[in-house]
Amino acid sequence: MCGAPEQTPTLQPGIDIAKETVVYGVVSKQEAPVPGAYVRLLDATGEFTAEVVTSATGDFRFFAAPGTWTLSVLHKDGQVRQQVEATGPGLLQIPLELP
Amino acid sequence: MSRADVLVSADWAEENLDTPGVVFVEVDEDTTAYDGGHIRGAVKLDWKTELQDQVRRDFVDKEQFEALLSQKGISNDDTVVLYGGNNNWFAAYAYWYFKLYGHENVKLLDGGRKKWELDGRELSKDTVTREKTSYQAKEQDTTIRAFRDEVVASIGAKNLVDVRSPDEFSGKLLAPAHLPQEQSQRGGHIPTAINVPWSKAANEDGTFRSDDELRQLYSGEGLDDGRDTIAYCRIGERSSHTWFALHELLGHPNVKNYDGSWTEYGSLVGVPIEKDV
Repeated sequence: MCGAPEQTPTLQPGIDIAKETVVYGVVSKQEAPVPGAYVRLLDATGEFTAEVVTSATGDFRFFAAPGTWTLSVLHKDGQVRQQVEATGPGLLQIPLELP
Repeated sequence: MSRADVLVSADWAEENLDTPGVVFVEVDEDTTAYDGGHIRGAVKLDWKTELQDQVRRDFVDKEQFEALLSQKGISNDDTVVLYGGNNNWFAAYAYWYFKLYGHENVKLLDGGRKKWELDGRELSKDTVTREKTSYQAKEQDTTIRAFRDEVVASIGAKNLVDVRSPDEFSGKLLAPAHLPQEQSQRGGHIPTAINVPWSKAANEDGTFRSDDELRQLYSGEGLDDGRDTIAYCRIGERSSHTWFALHELLGHPNVKNYDGSWTEYGSLVGVPIEKDV
């Protein structure tokens, strides 16, 4: 049903990356991973689509669709936003660095 | 009913951690979140294994709910303060669920786990045990729960509020984007539904927007005050958040949550669907 998978780049069995558009990466600050950061996926109009919390290793992951997206990170130690262009299904790695 | 009756701030929560008769309950989608650190003294409720029947798709029945709350150490007189991750989606769902079974004093912690963490407030890993109680639930209050036949009959007659993201509403996505997209049901939305994503009712830190902002939001999106309302999403958790905003914060009288939501509606044979992509 709705159990959020752990936010690691290793996908659980059964995920077909020929069909899924996976936007994933690590949130870091001064090259150290940031766990517990809130990462939002916003659609092309800037509207909220999903949110995950980064894992102990700073990982996040979304199952999106082809199109333009924005990633927005909220953490008590900083914020960052980045636009993403997903051209088709597959894995799209986006590193996010807190200022 | 006013905001103060149904919503508590993080400051209030911190001041009332040890108040007798106040029980904090964490409800998450990621049910391991609690184990990694929770509000001191809070008990954990697993929305999937404890609030759902494990065979049929339905809620646990009255007797099972009584046994669950008794075992958690919650009594009828307690003030239950719910909070959780995902901007309180599942905490709002549990709030609605507690109301369904007639619990009197339930409140939501504004901002839930997210605001608590962003504020850098204390989390505890201590095991919490509470003395067992003899909880008595009421029969389900179906004035707040919608079923599929009523939803189909409400097309064009009641406010149908689809609270999913615009891309789920249009049919581009079949689930929130933190979940895999392969699903059996069709994409799209119920005809005549308006799309007011739950997220528009919340600030970025997970707290609810002010009553004035909420009123402007729903009237601006075309919600007709003169009609009854049914809110839905994918599985009924995000629509509980909107049900809370409309029924508990704004005091709209006849608002139901359709917990079958899109995973049921989008799988029904023969019902109308609108799809924009």
